[in-house]
Amino acid sequence: MAINRSWWLIAATVAIVAAPLVLPGLGGDFKGSDDQGTDAILASRPGYQPWFQPLWKPPSDEVESLLFALQAALGAGFLGYMIGRRHSSQRGDVARR
Amino acid sequence: MHIMEGYLPAAHAAGWFAVSAPFVVAGAIRLKRIVTERPQAKMTLAAAGAFTFVLSALKMPSVTGSCSHPTGTGLGAVVFGPAVMAVLGTIVLLFQALLLAHGGLTTLGANVFSMAIVGPWVSWAVWRVAGKLGASIAVAVFLGAALGDLSTYATTSVQLALAYPDPASGFLGAVLKFGGIYAITQIPLSIAEGLLTVVVMNALSGRAGKADEIRVLSGEVK
Repeated sequence: MAINRSWWLIAATVAIVAAPLVLPGLGGDFKGSDDQGTDAILASRPGYQPWFQPLWKPPSDEVESLLFALQAALGAGFLGYMIGRRHSSQRGDVARR
Repeated sequence: MHIMEGYLPAAHAAGWFAVSAPFVVAGAIRLKRIVTERPQAKMTLAAAGAFTFVLSALKMPSVTGSCSHPTGTGLGAVVFGPAVMAVLGTIVLLFQALLLAHGGLTTLGANVFSMAIVGPWVSWAVWRVAGKLGASIAVAVFLGAALGDLSTYATTSVQLALAYPDPASGFLGAVLKFGGIYAITQIPLSIAEGLLTVVVMNALSGRAGKADEIRVLSGEVK
């Protein structure tokens, strides 16, 4: 039952994320809200200069997307390992009983 | 919710560091105690960190036509209490500030406050209240994670409004302006985060909906 519910929840999550991309009338340039926030600051304070620069910047969008993908992959990889471990140890418990 | 490097006036940056630091220290102490008392909780702690790591890397499209990312701090806040998420969230924000030029070192205090302190505390409080009111585990976790996520972005809006009040409409006008950028975009994404948190929590515990699901995860019962 719970497994079934999980699939429905995942389907709903995908629908929420996909809706803005496919539904007519929605959409836009899908810029990051963090960048829009920065733009709003610059709009209300024209000529504002950030007083500190990042120590290191990814040299290109490709390298940046590599690092973001790496971040997600490391997290997801570990989560998958954990879920598998929990499930197999539970099965082990049942076998021992 | 990331305020970019150098975009908070120095006094604000320092102020948010001062506000956030005690929470991070208290979180580290709590984290240490959990690991000593219940070594079996280590793996779930790492999983809570991993969940934040994944979700904060995923920038998703929203109905407002812009993109934003969930925070993933609700899961750990519900299982271990909000204090430890101050530490785990800070690690994620440092990673992004140093390697992705996303967020920043000067704005770290402010970003930690919104993502690693306010979000987890709201998640935890909502989860507790919903549970007391008789909501099932899944519904309470969903509400906690979703509202925690949203509160993080609301906090960012207030932080920016404090630093950059609107020349015409003042602080409140600026809250609405930044809220329109951050919080409205975040509504569908926080719902998505709430749903995902329920799925991952069920998968991790293997005891979806059972009364001891959360305590299995936190290592209090085997």
